[in-house]
Amino acid sequence: MRTLLISATVVASLVMAAMLAVGPSPGSADACAGLIGSNGAVNLGRTTTLAAYQDGVEHYVTSFEFAGGGGEFGTLIPLPGIPSNIERGGDWTLQRLQQEVPPEFAAFSGVGGSSTAAEDRAEVIQEVRIDALDLTVLKGGAPDVAAWATDHGFRLSPDAPEVLDFYARRSPIFLAAVFDGQAAADRGQALGDGTPVHLTIPTPNPWVPLRILGLGKQDEDFVQADVFLLTENEPNLLPKVSNGLFLQHSAQATDLLLSDLRSDKGMEWVADSAWLTKLVVSSPTVDLKYDLAVDATGTKQPSRVAAGLEQPIGLPQTGSDSGGSSDPLSVLGWVALTAAVLAIATVVLAPRFGRGR
Amino acid sequence: MLVRIVLLLVAAAALALCASGCAAPVDAKETINIRFSRFEPETITVPAGEPVTFTLVNDDPIEHEWIVGTAETHERHRTGTEPFHAEIPTEVTIPALTTRTTFVMFNTAGEYEFICHLPGHEAYGMKGTVVVE
Repeated sequence: MRTLLISATVVASLVMAAMLAVGPSPGSADACAGLIGSNGAVNLGRTTTLAAYQDGVEHYVTSFEFAGGGGEFGTLIPLPGIPSNIERGGDWTLQRLQQEVPPEFAAFSGVGGSSTAAEDRAEVIQEVRIDALDLTVLKGGAPDVAAWATDHGFRLSPDAPEVLDFYARRSPIFLAAVFDGQAAADRGQALGDGTPVHLTIPTPNPWVPLRILGLGKQDEDFVQADVFLLTENEPNLLPKVSNGLFLQHSAQATDLLLSDLRSDKGMEWVADSAWLTKLVVSSPTVDLKYDLAVDATGTKQPSRVAAGLEQPIGLPQTGSDSGGSSDPLSVLGWVALTAAVLAIATVVLAPRFGRGR
Repeated sequence: MLVRIVLLLVAAAALALCASGCAAPVDAKETINIRFSRFEPETITVPAGEPVTFTLVNDDPIEHEWIVGTAETHERHRTGTEPFHAEIPTEVTIPALTTRTTFVMFNTAGEYEFICHLPGHEAYGMKGTVVVE
């Protein structure tokens, strides 16, 4: 059975770029959050992603690393909207950003009688092949996306149901990126070679998925990611910088950086002026229950929903914090008991009231 | 009159409760729900020497297992290679978004763990205990 890596990142605010990284080599540019082997082992990899938001359009650039072998593995990336275009990304944009603000934190690995199945399936919105990488844009809920993965021979990790549900409640759009290992080998790609991908996503609600970087990892495993934001102005972010989320850089982007980025293939959309922010995620998986919301409206109020801190209005709350019994049979029992008591009381009281008249 | 009404209400309530709790003994029935790769409830108490109907409801979009038994049983499954369980009542595969029913009679009192032995699931916390008394 194939293995599905689930990774992520998306984003932005008025002209913004985000880059995520997880794993060992500071300069690498890959997007593997976790490789779940048949024995349940997780190999942490480094993910680097750039996403930019300009005039209501998000530009998302990431690179998928060829991990070797002849099989297939993949990554699922939750997206805030349906991409209008998918193409090969610039050749060195991600590395140039890392060069501008190199990692300060040392990279290290983490410690550490039947009913019928649902018939729903994710809707395939778009399919694109870039080098040895098959990219599929899916639309559907968590069960739909999981079913798609299963149908395509992938195994999801045990935390996938909760994490996919977390994302599907906010956006039903996912990008499945599947590396064809044999095709990569046939193309002469070496172990660790990355394939950059650039997605253009119209969306009014940019955010950077962080929680999904912990998918497939144990609670005590560390998620480490570099998040670069390139915005028109200094961005307002949620959650605020705290334990597990560190601010490494916040300043006007240099003309040289922006010029360099614009000169890379397919990167001409980079603005002439931008604010560069770099956040570093270094958190145990168990604590990484949020995404990064960036205010793109100018109201300086990043969405708590986009940050994953609140559920969208109209969706049911999950979890067991209601305090009351949720057992429908129990509820029915009390309804029946109440009805029986009322019926008896009516029978007893009616004649009395009748006689009293 | 008020006292009489109150007594009638109390009697009705008592009758309603007995309808579920004072009935003659029947085969035990237990439902275990699976959501977000967790068993709910995680602890179940059943009588020894009586058949128990287990209804296993998998609300997750991924496959799970419900394997109940001794420590030796679980150790065997931790290193086993069986991809699917359908023949043994104490070893059940529950495909995504399905329900399976199995019948088990525990002859000896004690505690028996039930665990999902798919890779990574036990470590994630997917286990519980059947208390037989």
